[in-house]
Amino acid sequence: MKKKVVVGMSGGVDSSVTAYLLKEAGYDVIGVTMEIWKDMDPAAQALEGGCCGLSAVDDARRVADVIGIPYYVMNFKADFQKHVIDYFVREYQQGRTPNPCIACNRYVKWESLLDRALEIGADYVATGHYAKIIQLPNGRYTVANSESIDKDQTYVLYNLTQDQLAHTLMPVGDYDKSQIRKIAEEVGLPVAHKHDSQDICFVPDHDYASFIERETGLKQKEGNFVDLEGNVLGRHKGIIHYTVGQRKGLGIASTEPYFVKEVRPESNEVLLVRSKDLFADTLYCDDINFMDRETITEPIRVLGKIRYSHKGAMCTLSLENDRLKAVFDEPQRAFTKGQAAVFYEDGHIVAGGVIV
Amino acid sequence: MIYLDNAATTKPYDQVCDLVYNEMKNDYVNASAVYDYANHAKSVVDRARRDIAQTIGAITDEIYFTSCGSESDNWALKAVAEAYSNKGRHIITSKIEHHAILNTCQYLESRGFEITYLAVDKAGNVSSRDLLQAIRPDTILISIMMANNEIGTIEPIAELAKLAHERGILFHTDAVQAYDHIPIDVNELGVDLMSVSGHKFRGPKGVGFLYIKRQVKIGSFIHGGAQERQRRAGTVNVAGIAGMGLAAKMAHESLDLVRDETSKLRDYLACKILSTIDDVELNGPGLKDNRLANNLNVIFHGVRGESLLIMADREGIAISSGSACATGSLEPSHVLKAIGLSDDEAYSSIRLTVSELNTYEELDLAVSKLAKIVEDLRRIRRERL
Repeated sequence: MKKKVVVGMSGGVDSSVTAYLLKEAGYDVIGVTMEIWKDMDPAAQALEGGCCGLSAVDDARRVADVIGIPYYVMNFKADFQKHVIDYFVREYQQGRTPNPCIACNRYVKWESLLDRALEIGADYVATGHYAKIIQLPNGRYTVANSESIDKDQTYVLYNLTQDQLAHTLMPVGDYDKSQIRKIAEEVGLPVAHKHDSQDICFVPDHDYASFIERETGLKQKEGNFVDLEGNVLGRHKGIIHYTVGQRKGLGIASTEPYFVKEVRPESNEVLLVRSKDLFADTLYCDDINFMDRETITEPIRVLGKIRYSHKGAMCTLSLENDRLKAVFDEPQRAFTKGQAAVFYEDGHIVAGGVIV
Repeated sequence: MIYLDNAATTKPYDQVCDLVYNEMKNDYVNASAVYDYANHAKSVVDRARRDIAQTIGAITDEIYFTSCGSESDNWALKAVAEAYSNKGRHIITSKIEHHAILNTCQYLESRGFEITYLAVDKAGNVSSRDLLQAIRPDTILISIMMANNEIGTIEPIAELAKLAHERGILFHTDAVQAYDHIPIDVNELGVDLMSVSGHKFRGPKGVGFLYIKRQVKIGSFIHGGAQERQRRAGTVNVAGIAGMGLAAKMAHESLDLVRDETSKLRDYLACKILSTIDDVELNGPGLKDNRLANNLNVIFHGVRGESLLIMADREGIAISSGSACATGSLEPSHVLKAIGLSDDEAYSSIRLTVSELNTYEELDLAVSKLAKIVEDLRRIRRERL
């Protein structure tokens, strides 16, 4: 009996080719676009090509037609609002920098989509992520680096559960991005030359601060920039405008540059430091997800990534009072509360958590 | 495919298809042209107009052809609003209207009009008492649908229109789901404006009409050439109109018979579902009450409607739920919310609308497939929880 797989189709090249590859591999493929966001102004959508707007659906539908698979649009707005938008707004208001893509993956693309995929008779879900899902000799599933080194997306998948991984296919992880575009061209998919979507899909104009103001109905309060001694250095526009490590947009004239070190919602202050004080070698995480093993009982040597764009650095990882503790060999720049730290061994994920 | 979505659209009569084809092929001349060649096309349109007028007790000249029900709704609302804006800026409608009315009302609100959206009871009924309370000195239009597309409620139009007229207010009704499904006499009902759409009574898509009572003076919605006695521009859709005219006539002639057959099929379907599947609840009026003969709408408790629709589709059954948004995904129905359902219940509701073309065997098969689907969905939900 053919295995059924629901492919999450965003209308982009990667998920389109995913659907094609799986059909070729003999799966019963059903294409689904997840409708996640309120009806946006169509002009704004078209401009940004943001994920899952009307034009994304049209593109996905056309691709499904070319490949010859059934296609549906499913309504995930309530889930997305609760697990992604509300989380995003809350984190910024609490002085942390969220990663909504990670939340979306865990709760919307996997938990919700998987549930619904199983409801419509599927055995798997599939996405166009550049990552590989492998099963280790100890029986655990984990996410391994893709063939596409610069497009590797394993970082945003650290939070997936064993059940979710067991039900997921990611064919694109075996290819380099350039190969994927080539396949799309050869097959005649109408999205072969579509630009990759950048930035957060639900804030197409990149203006997170305005977005949060609209969502909450609250105007941002100005406050003080302070330094390590507590001196007031200037006024900030509202804490949601700042993230750790930020240098631009501070509006402070000085001989040496200042960087954001900490955002303090309780006092409505933003702590600025000189470059050297941005570096540290130890970080802690909670909300831990262990992937390739159930837990760690003694310190291990792993590669740690502290943000999506971070190349990764060697560190010693241990468990301390229900928190992951990572001591890096070299001091790293700007550990950011709210961001994920993901730890790798042999090219696959060991565990990850949220930086506290 | 077992087609149970007749409220969405209906299969055109074969004779209508043939007529439309022939008209397109042989009668393509512009009906508005001066030369004699155009006279045949003119007479075809005229014939359709007359036939349609007869089905509702109207005068031929009171029938204006449009492209669809939505256009007729837009025309009625916007033109009355504009024509009477000096007299007042208040319009009354109901919460369960089709989006063609609701969205047009929202548009008028953005243009400075005030709209009152009347609530309905659990069965979707609009009450004359509520209407009376809502009427103000500056009310210029009341628009209440004749029959609801989701739960089939047939509204007491004659009663409501009477209240409007006693106060000198114009009354419009969206009769898209009602026309040729229930008998309509515009004089008995006392409506001033009425919207109808061809593809809901086995006519073609892309054509509809607006009934405008003779004395009613409103402007155009579509400006341009002098078609439709200078009230609705656009080259006359001769083939579509001919098709709609024929469908109107055929459906009208068989109205009682078809309504009888259809309600039997619908009642059978309802009975089969309720006796085969647990935890099912009816939405809308009782089947023997003021409800369209073809309409069934039920809550399958504990089941995600969207998944049910997809699984039904994979089994070759066409049913629907809520209203499709622009992308084709489902939103919880505003009609179901208006009759008091929770979001969950609305998400679990399914609309099944039969036609005289369905057979009892089809219904048996559909129900047995639905029963299995519902069972699977409920089981998966239990397992995943």
